[in-house]
Amino acid sequence: MVDFLNAFALLSNFVIVPAMTYGSQLALGALGVTLVYGILRFSNFAHGDTMAFGTMVTIFATWGLQSAGVSIHPLPTALLALPVGIAATVALCLVIDRSVYKFYRKSRSVPVVFLIASVGVMFVLNGVVRFIIGPGDQRFADGERFIIKAKAFKKLTGLNEGIAFKTSQGLTIVTAIIVVAALFWFLNRTRSGKSMRAYSDNEDLARLSGINPERVVMITWTLAAVLATIAGVLYGLDKSFKPFTYFQLLLPIFASAIVGGLGNPLGAIAGGFVIAFSEVVVAYAYKKFLTYLVPEQWAPDSLVQLLSTDYKFAVSFVILVLVLLIRPTGIFKGKGA
Amino acid sequence: MNSSTRTIALFTAMAAALVAVGVFQSWPLALAILNLCLISAIMSLGVNIQWGYAGLFNVGVMGFTALGGLAGVLISVPPVTEALQAGGFGIFIALVLISLTIAGAILIYKRLPAGKARNFSMIGVIVIGYFLTRYFFFPAVDAIEAVDSARTGYLGGLGLPIIFSWVVGGVFAAAVAWVVGKIALGLRSDYLAIATLGISEIIIAVLKNEDWMTRGVKNVSGLPRPVPYEIDLQQTLWFQDWASYLGMSPVDFSSVFVKLCYAGLFTVVLLILLWFSERALHSPWGRMMRAIRDNELSSAAMGKNIKGRHLQVFVLGSAVIGIAGAMLTTLDGQFTPASYQPLRFTFIVWVMVIVGGSGNNLGAILGGFLIWFVWVEAEPFGLWLMDVLSSGMAEDSDLRKHLLNSAAHMRLMTMGLILLLVLRFSPRGLIPEK
Repeated sequence: MVDFLNAFALLSNFVIVPAMTYGSQLALGALGVTLVYGILRFSNFAHGDTMAFGTMVTIFATWGLQSAGVSIHPLPTALLALPVGIAATVALCLVIDRSVYKFYRKSRSVPVVFLIASVGVMFVLNGVVRFIIGPGDQRFADGERFIIKAKAFKKLTGLNEGIAFKTSQGLTIVTAIIVVAALFWFLNRTRSGKSMRAYSDNEDLARLSGINPERVVMITWTLAAVLATIAGVLYGLDKSFKPFTYFQLLLPIFASAIVGGLGNPLGAIAGGFVIAFSEVVVAYAYKKFLTYLVPEQWAPDSLVQLLSTDYKFAVSFVILVLVLLIRPTGIFKGKGA
Repeated sequence: MNSSTRTIALFTAMAAALVAVGVFQSWPLALAILNLCLISAIMSLGVNIQWGYAGLFNVGVMGFTALGGLAGVLISVPPVTEALQAGGFGIFIALVLISLTIAGAILIYKRLPAGKARNFSMIGVIVIGYFLTRYFFFPAVDAIEAVDSARTGYLGGLGLPIIFSWVVGGVFAAAVAWVVGKIALGLRSDYLAIATLGISEIIIAVLKNEDWMTRGVKNVSGLPRPVPYEIDLQQTLWFQDWASYLGMSPVDFSSVFVKLCYAGLFTVVLLILLWFSERALHSPWGRMMRAIRDNELSSAAMGKNIKGRHLQVFVLGSAVIGIAGAMLTTLDGQFTPASYQPLRFTFIVWVMVIVGGSGNNLGAILGGFLIWFVWVEAEPFGLWLMDVLSSGMAEDSDLRKHLLNSAAHMRLMTMGLILLLVLRFSPRGLIPEK
């Protein structure tokens, strides 16, 4: 029994908790992508760099607060700076929409033109972020590092294996739940949210019923910017901030959105967790875990790792391919195929 | 100004810009830019085949380029006999097992009726194949990587002239493109984009981590060249005579001469590919492709096999990119997996095609030249601009230092702005499709 509990603690510490955290981050990112897709009907390649931009502004605000001596210990200061980042990113997205995408909307261009325009935006944002904060790693997490320390857990339970629960992990999961609840409340209960869903279902019908498309688009960008900034800051608090990493997050985020069904918010969340769990589960070395569970003489010699950590993101791709082959519309029916 | 004089004028201006670099900066630099311009032009020709002819959005250019580079290693490097003896057989068995597993899974999928039996037997075959492969693969890899790992630690290649790799690189890229196309074509255009983005990242990850094949991040340097070495030239008599005749030092002249040799080779490849591309574009096949691009529905109604044609054109375009990748590795003389960055190898090529003129081969070539030129020259220009802008500040001001250090990132912004402006105000590019 103790062995079983030890094995479970080990798995929680290295698989379940990290995957829940990463899944929440991906889900928030994928929600932004999926909303833009549902309303504007293109895959926004600039989303990763929008996340980077929002995080960058938040980092500067955090540094400002830190040097002013403001702190909300035990929580990280970045939480206090988050509204600044959100406001800046919302403004940025609205300006970009006005100056770039609006023209193509008016001339009713095909989706792939939007896609190329978003590549252009990606370049510019990427350049801006690297120009201002530089391409290097930035750590901006402060406050209490752990909610539960591994040692404290061991002492409490008397097990060999500890579960360390980082503040950033707890924060990510809690924030994600709040944000998702608020988003669904907005989409399902408010007039604006309903008009968004109507517009996403049938553009022409929505126009006929007097829904102002420009207003819907503005709300969409605002939501996407809020989600991107929150996802970016949570990811940065949990790991660290590096512009290139945020660009690379595009792939798992897109994979999450597609696996869940592009354009479907519920699907984006499910997709985020599917991708995150598969990545972590496949790259985890099960040697110690199995040693607890099986009789001593069966204990494995090798690491029992299905795939080396370097190929982690290949997992999101394989899942993406499987979904495209078997069910191109995603788990929850999206607008794909 | 009609279209052909416009084309000639634009290419002349491009040539003049390169000459200006030669006169005001230096000739070796101008030729170095020219060589990369030629390779860029071939890459953008490949993307143009996919995007301009057929409207396919491929964001995996980096992956196909790297596959070409891999061909450069596998063809030209002499085999490492010791490593081959140590693990060559194990790797071979593992590769055969992987192929058998995949073939078995596909066979089951095609032959058995849909249902639980099919799903379970497929999963069974894949799982058994996976563990069998591992059983042979990892001991072989360990054995290979243990062989003199500071210098080799990989299997090496075939030891053939590197020129052959240009063809093989095309074949590698085409093979991968066929698989990707099979999966992602026929779905929404966004899906092809994301699938190619993914596969290119995976290719790079494999090249970085499979040390037995590519030495990974330890790089393979000193690839044999298709042209003479500077040091040999400097010692031959006729070459010294030429140099003194032209009034250059043998060292300078040898560098210029080698670069000219490369430029000659690359130009030949570019012209051959251009000729094929033009023939294809103006043949009935090319007209059909454009008809499909402009209206898939009506072409399908005319009995054209949309997915089949898309697959064909996707494979062809990727092959051209693979050729360019092999040429790039040849020019560099080394294979460095870590140097493949999506912004440099994928998105820049897209800017080239859009700016040059999608659907027009000459436009794509001009775009390749122009954008590479801007990409290289944007850095000194950015530095100069920052210097001027911050000249009012104190010499040791932090802001001034930061601005000067960050000038390199200016060119990403420049590229993005160029792309957005061209897409907005001149979406057909510099040399529009006829």
